[in-house]
Amino acid sequence: MNYALIFIGAAVVNNFILTYFLGICPFLGVSTDLKKASGMGFAVIFVMLLASAATWGIYHKILTPYNLQYLQNVAFILVIATLVQFVEMFMKRFIPPLYKGLGIYLPLITTNCAILGVTLFMVLKDFDFIESLFYALGAGSGFLMALLIMAGIRVRLDSADIPAPFRGAGIALITAGCLALIFTGFSGMMK
Amino acid sequence: MKEFVKGLFEKNPILCYLLGLCPTLAVTTNVINALTMGLSVIFVLFLSNSIISLIRKIVPHQVRIASYIVVIATFVTIADIFLKANYYEMSRALGPFIPLIVVNCIILGRAEAFASRHGLVPSMLDALGMGTGFTLVLFVIGSIREILGSGTFLGMKAVPGFFPQFLVMILPAGAFITLGLLVGAHQALKEKRGRLPAGQEKRGRP
Repeated sequence: MNYALIFIGAAVVNNFILTYFLGICPFLGVSTDLKKASGMGFAVIFVMLLASAATWGIYHKILTPYNLQYLQNVAFILVIATLVQFVEMFMKRFIPPLYKGLGIYLPLITTNCAILGVTLFMVLKDFDFIESLFYALGAGSGFLMALLIMAGIRVRLDSADIPAPFRGAGIALITAGCLALIFTGFSGMMK
Repeated sequence: MKEFVKGLFEKNPILCYLLGLCPTLAVTTNVINALTMGLSVIFVLFLSNSIISLIRKIVPHQVRIASYIVVIATFVTIADIFLKANYYEMSRALGPFIPLIVVNCIILGRAEAFASRHGLVPSMLDALGMGTGFTLVLFVIGSIREILGSGTFLGMKAVPGFFPQFLVMILPAGAFITLGLLVGAHQALKEKRGRLPAGQEKRGRP
């Protein structure tokens, strides 16, 4: 039950994009069509799970015993960057179809603040290992969901008559604002 | 001087390139948070740009991004620890967003696009200009959201009592909408300015 709550909390109630504003860059960048959006979304879920497993181990088994918590930022970002590189090489070698699908989105993920955000929140909320995995899974699913909704809307925005200065980024941000407003409706679900 | 001024309006990192949006939106619920974030970013950007410009000839091309990230992460950690030690309340309020400066695309973007190709002094000026432009936008968004959302400015009462408070401005939705309107306004202003002198340079959409 607790795990389900963590999952829903991260996916819907505190959606990473729409309430924490993490991962806005890819959110605006790749939400122009549905195929790209789903590719990016799945790549993010995948890396998030791996990254939170790895950083949980590093934080609790290496940094904490030696009182090195202040190295957290440096260690986490290096782990994430290495992990992304490693996953990319591994997939290219052993699972070519998956690489073809996700490959081009992987390098972009290193600078996706949602990944580092998940690992930082995980430390802040003091989750145990399984809880961290559910948190990462929830955050990733929420990311995918927001990306897909946005992509669906933007396809229609293309044919709408929008004042010239607002075309592109302006209207995308305002649309995201309306989405965020809708998502605040969920905030009563959990304390 | 040119390197400094371009970051303020013409090539403002937030309004033009849409870089570094996460902190822009997350911490601008009031002016003081926005300013703290802006100053931290100026600090990190200035020092990392300087260092990267100094080491740009030593670092091998293949590992440059990783090296830049380590330099940036070091300064972010310094800023984080400094805030925790001296302004604990502020550090609590900003939560993970100070550590998240590491992945703020403005900083890595300037390191890669500018500091790795220019000398020390231009890099420093570029960092100051970009950082100031960033802080300026944060300040504007923070002011709009604080005045409309809670009726205060820097914690002091700013509007008459009968004026309604728009709760939506404090919510995430307010941040998105405010920034969307600003981006539109910036675009419109730029187009107008570009058209006045002969109108020879035509810019694409951001």
